[in-house]
Amino acid sequence: MELDAALLSRLQFAFTVSFHIIFPSITIGLATLIAIWEGLWLKTGNPLYLQLAKFWIKPFAITFGMGVVSGIVLSYEFGTNFSEFSRITGAVLGPLMAYEVLTAFFLEAGFLGIMLFGWQRVGPKLHFMATVVVAVGTWISAFWIIAANSWMHTPAGHIIVDGVFQVDSWWQVIFNPSMPYRFTHMLLAAFITGTFVVLATSAWQLRHSEHKNMARKGLSMTLWLALILTPLQAYVGDLHGLNVKEHQPVKLAAMEGIWAEREAGAPLLLFAIPDRVAEKNHFEIGIPKLASLILTHDPDGELMGLKAVPADERPNVAVVFFSFRVMVGIGVLMILTAFTGAFLRWRGTLYQSRWFLTACSYLAPSGIIAVLAGWYVVEVGRQPWLVHGLIRTIDVVSPLPAERVLFSLTLFVLTYSLLFGVYLYFMRKLIRKGPPPMEKLSQQLIGVKASGYAVALAKHIKPEQEQH
Amino acid sequence: MELQIGLPLFYFLLLGFAILMYVLLDGFDLGIGILYPWFNTDAEHDHLMRSISHVWDGNETWLVFGGVILFGAFPLAYASIASLLYLPIMLMLIGLIFRGVAFEYRFKSHTSKIWWNRAFAIGSSLAAFCQGLMLGVLVQGVDADSIASSSLQWLTPFSLFTGLAVMAGYALLGCTYLTMKSRGDIQQKAARYGQRLLLFVMLAMLLVSLFTLYRQPEIRDRWFGGAHSLILMLLPLMAVLAARLLFRDLGRVQRQFAAEADISIRHESRPFWLAASLFLLAFAGLVAGLFPYLLPHQISFYTAAAPDSSLSFMLPGVLIFLPLILAYTLWGYHIFRGKVEDYEEGY
Repeated sequence: MELDAALLSRLQFAFTVSFHIIFPSITIGLATLIAIWEGLWLKTGNPLYLQLAKFWIKPFAITFGMGVVSGIVLSYEFGTNFSEFSRITGAVLGPLMAYEVLTAFFLEAGFLGIMLFGWQRVGPKLHFMATVVVAVGTWISAFWIIAANSWMHTPAGHIIVDGVFQVDSWWQVIFNPSMPYRFTHMLLAAFITGTFVVLATSAWQLRHSEHKNMARKGLSMTLWLALILTPLQAYVGDLHGLNVKEHQPVKLAAMEGIWAEREAGAPLLLFAIPDRVAEKNHFEIGIPKLASLILTHDPDGELMGLKAVPADERPNVAVVFFSFRVMVGIGVLMILTAFTGAFLRWRGTLYQSRWFLTACSYLAPSGIIAVLAGWYVVEVGRQPWLVHGLIRTIDVVSPLPAERVLFSLTLFVLTYSLLFGVYLYFMRKLIRKGPPPMEKLSQQLIGVKASGYAVALAKHIKPEQEQH
Repeated sequence: MELQIGLPLFYFLLLGFAILMYVLLDGFDLGIGILYPWFNTDAEHDHLMRSISHVWDGNETWLVFGGVILFGAFPLAYASIASLLYLPIMLMLIGLIFRGVAFEYRFKSHTSKIWWNRAFAIGSSLAAFCQGLMLGVLVQGVDADSIASSSLQWLTPFSLFTGLAVMAGYALLGCTYLTMKSRGDIQQKAARYGQRLLLFVMLAMLLVSLFTLYRQPEIRDRWFGGAHSLILMLLPLMAVLAARLLFRDLGRVQRQFAAEADISIRHESRPFWLAASLFLLAFAGLVAGLFPYLLPHQISFYTAAAPDSSLSFMLPGVLIFLPLILAYTLWGYHIFRGKVEDYEEGY
């Protein structure tokens, strides 16, 4: 078989970006939670909050590290594997990423050192500030990269001069039509991902570890959060879907599995096997008229189907169709979990309900799977376009020899598979090890071993003593 | 016309600044990874790791910054250079991945510790070597049309040599950083290795300069023609002076240890600044030769520059945030000032 450099480059990008997104999705939510706990500790003095913060800062650190190293790869991969794309869109996308580095990456990196290693070097308030800065840095980073990504879906504010993109209005480039929806949807997704990692771990700890008080606090907080965030996410997701219908109807048709050029009263398909060749679905199971009702607010509303565009302008329908169902399915599961939790809490049996806690502990990767599935809907659904309607992916791949890309792809697959195993191993290890003991933390509360002061004081005294 | 050149020139200088910052900052922490196998005990390895575990992430961010400035301000150059140097970039990234995760996992491991030691040392060395390789390719020049061909133009004796030279240079920076951050045996070792590395680095700089002057007439004319050649001549002179001082300081650190006398803090930190200035001078010499090219004789900064709308959009970001970044980066170093032993493991 002849190796295809373009296909390999795309595979490599898909693989490396999929691997990367796992980690920021967790750290955005986790950084925010750690900042909240630290703030609550400062405010209430309840050491359980400090225990939560100190326990989760270690998983946070390894997750953040994985995100950093896998992220650097991406910032160079645009140029290495998609050189023509970089050349013609660099003037639009490059500055957005420059702002991401200037306003977020340096900020996160600069304060991360203090957040992780500064407990003894700065006062508690300053440490809290460092944690907040890291959390806010993760949000800002998401803002810029989502702006860049959204522009590729719903390009706006640009002009094309000699085949090269230039910017006419930065405001329109950044706040392009899909950006507000995608940003909100992704940020919520990251909060929910972090929330469910903590929720699942707390549920596990309630059953299997001795740190029951901390686990209760963690479970209780994250269940409240889930109760607010997951229905909100469903609502935002719906708005995002309407936005897709308006700007990328072909993607929507693939999500819903609609083939006919126009279909009135389209059913909401629960299951089907889309067939690209026959241009229809097999084994359809659906709820009549529901898709039209959701998307047009009219049971007999018309939706555009895949056949409205030539076959070479359609994405891989099956991938989009199934990924969408995985994402929505997990979303529904999360909402059910949140409401069941609330119900059990109302009944007063939440912390004793073994079946519920066990079920919850299996949900640790749920957010990550949903995020990945969601991104496959978005990115595969945009194909064959790289910039929707303007640049085809296949036209802008670097003219590299295929063996070279195969070599780097193999390296990445080996490296990332190994590291993912290692990451899971250490996550498990850290979670089993549990938080620092309460006695140590209460000492910190009283101030004996408190952050900064004692050590700093001792150091200032030492040189003088030695002189005497 | 002047304005049209003004903005691209600003970004050319900014790119230079970003690369220099990266080379200095990640230089010393990659250097510590390169030196790692020459330190033996677990305690020494702990010390080496802890001296940089709070800063490596920020240091590496300069690499990303350099990349995105190239992308945003000179898209044409980013596209050509990145795909031209495909393999060295990929290998560098793999190296950076392994040494980056080693920071997190080594401190949390027991049985697998030896593997994280290896990942850290080999990853750091590989990344540094690849960077040197790329430097060599840019200095000797390469044909931008060769992306598609499977020829390995970047693999020449010269680029292999610059790969080793950059490794040695980073290791030297690492030695001087360790001299500043440690006491006793580790400091001794660092100062001793530092002296040897300095000799090799000076020799390498001389060879690379001679080779470049011999192979590239344009650069030769620039250095030995016209009035500004006098100013340019200051660079190697100052480099020799800095090297002389550095060698002496490192020797003093060793002797004072032998005499069991206290060394003043100033003398312990000066080697680092001298080594940094050596890098600065070498970098200035490099830019003086390459200017105005991003890819020698093919892509200059004004032909590759993005349109004004992009360059001026980034300007406020750079002017506002870069000073802030420098300020809080300095503050971060200030918080962890002093010897490694003096700060307790944090989290």
